[in-house]
Amino acid sequence: MDKFTVHNGLVLPLDRANVDTDAIIPKQFLKSIKRSGFGPNLFDAWRYLDEGQPDKPNAGRPLNPDFIMNKPQYRGATILIARENFGCGSSREHAPWALHDYGFRAVIAPSYADIFFNNCYQNGMLPIVLKASEVDQLFHDAAAFPGFKLVIDLGEQAVAYPDGSKRFRFEIDAFRKFCLLNGLDDIGLTLRHADKIKAFEELRRAEQPWLF
Amino acid sequence: MTAQTLYDKLWQSHTVHMEDDGTTMLYIDRHLVHEVTSPQAYEGLKLAGRKLWRTGSVVATADHNTPTDHWDKGIQDPIARTQVEQLDTNIKEFGAKVYFPFRHQNQGIVHVIGPENGVTLPGMTVVCGDSHTSTHGAFACLAHGIGTSEVEHVLATQTLLSKKMKNMRVDIEGAIPRGVTAKDLALAVIGKIGTAGGAGYAIEFSGSAVRALSMEGRMTLCNMSIEAGARAGMVAVDETTIQYLKGRTYAPKGEQWDRAVVHWRTLVSDAGAVFDRTVTVNAGEVKPQVTWGTSPEMVLSIEDRVPDPDKEKDAVRREGMERALVYMGLKPNTPISQIMIDKVFIGSCTNSRIEDLRAAAAVVRGKRKAANVVLAMVVPGSGPVKVQAEKEGLHKIFIDAGFEWREPGCSMCLAMNADRLQPGERCASTSNRNFEGRQGTGGRTHLVSPEMAAAAGIAGHFVDVRQWR
Repeated sequence: MDKFTVHNGLVLPLDRANVDTDAIIPKQFLKSIKRSGFGPNLFDAWRYLDEGQPDKPNAGRPLNPDFIMNKPQYRGATILIARENFGCGSSREHAPWALHDYGFRAVIAPSYADIFFNNCYQNGMLPIVLKASEVDQLFHDAAAFPGFKLVIDLGEQAVAYPDGSKRFRFEIDAFRKFCLLNGLDDIGLTLRHADKIKAFEELRRAEQPWLF
Repeated sequence: MTAQTLYDKLWQSHTVHMEDDGTTMLYIDRHLVHEVTSPQAYEGLKLAGRKLWRTGSVVATADHNTPTDHWDKGIQDPIARTQVEQLDTNIKEFGAKVYFPFRHQNQGIVHVIGPENGVTLPGMTVVCGDSHTSTHGAFACLAHGIGTSEVEHVLATQTLLSKKMKNMRVDIEGAIPRGVTAKDLALAVIGKIGTAGGAGYAIEFSGSAVRALSMEGRMTLCNMSIEAGARAGMVAVDETTIQYLKGRTYAPKGEQWDRAVVHWRTLVSDAGAVFDRTVTVNAGEVKPQVTWGTSPEMVLSIEDRVPDPDKEKDAVRREGMERALVYMGLKPNTPISQIMIDKVFIGSCTNSRIEDLRAAAAVVRGKRKAANVVLAMVVPGSGPVKVQAEKEGLHKIFIDAGFEWREPGCSMCLAMNADRLQPGERCASTSNRNFEGRQGTGGRTHLVSPEMAAAAGIAGHFVDVRQWR
């Protein structure tokens, strides 16, 4: 997994609440048996004017000029800001895969759906929760200042303006932070406790054999 | 000892290890696997040279991509076929307790086959790379969806890293009126607390109305808890739970059954257990529900009118409503009962069980689908549901009414197979999500109960099923 330490990137403001994972990556792309290659189809139904298909090349497809991601000033954005309950709906990890494959490294929103939130951490992506008033400020400034960037420092748990004029702190579980800072794979960490899992399992098998 | 909620008990009894920050390694009893969210997990295992921790925990089937007609021709879509065949290969290589591949007589939607075969048992932790895993909470399980990396983690370690959620009780009291179903109760709850209302919580559904529901009704209710933002929903064990499980293929037998039942009866919230939030719903006041927008919280009763965004004060909500109305092709203040439909979908892990099909068949018996309805399809949740329905002659009732009778699978709930809406088409659907494009790009979904979907198919528009004759 990619490490996440400090990230300085261009902001894409997606001013919508309840953005669901069907919107992030539509179902036809879930037929893939790979983890990569979803970036060109991120927000497919909003981003293009025609319907995308997994076996259809994306080059030359008509872009929706009204969709914010297609505006030239946001090309190369790596930080997505959105409104509440981002990533609701389906558990598909293809959603964070698509965001990451497109180039996003962090999302900032007032709240997330639980499954999406967990899925981000598995892919070196940081889902940051800020207060609704702080997210409002970011939307305001992203609209007001072309090329609006942010600096995210995971160690410091802070989102800051590059000129240092504003700085917002965020919370993160210590375990998640440790894994992201070091790019650690959960499975390897868990298997350090293999003996404990085995002991737990044996006890359970003795007490409730019908579960096995 | 302090009084515990059902969720507290399930959490505590599955805790293997806890980090200082509360991150907990939870033991997983049952792992349901399907073709869409598992290939990358198995690939990860292969690349790392890892094996399954416990093959006996895995129950697998192909459901999302499988066609619902012409099974003799196999899967026509080559990309979908590859994914289904990849599941065959992975199960062959890694093993499973039970596998119902495409065209097996017991194949079906993963959340239908678990309970049906007795592989979902009270007190279990149940996970699956599918958000509607909450369905299994009806059996007093801690059941929720996980991502593919977590699927790989569970396959390799039999555990899931998790943080404890808060406790929410949704208390539904009173007699459920005729024509009102578990689906309507679920939509009414979502309408009340919102699609993010349950985020961060595990919901326990309680109250006399929940007790009165069959196991199938409870599954519908728990299934939709994710649409209220709660990953897990659950119902305590009672006699209904135990009677449902008796004699199921993989349920315990003999002396083990007796021991299991004694344990299962403890799977209830203690008197005096503290919930972080309690929501109360009066079942007697719930009317048949119809969603009008592109989020399950955009829901009203059949007696209502499409809302007017001009009356919404919050700017983000107002813009969301305006966008939803444009997408749905609806004008403010239109009576819900005047919305004409093009298609009907009866199926999905929410509403494809035998009681759902019986209820829908009772509505259409002796009637014909409206001329403006181009397709009304009934997709049973599993092979055994289909067989049972045919034994009862339900398929004839549907076919005589002009409805199509299909093979089991997820079908037009998410439109990964050939069953889908065309752009602009409007559907009365018993599924669980009305997101943009969910049932096909540009398709317009209205979530309803099986009875309401069936009645809309006959009338050509939404009608109040309480007055149906």
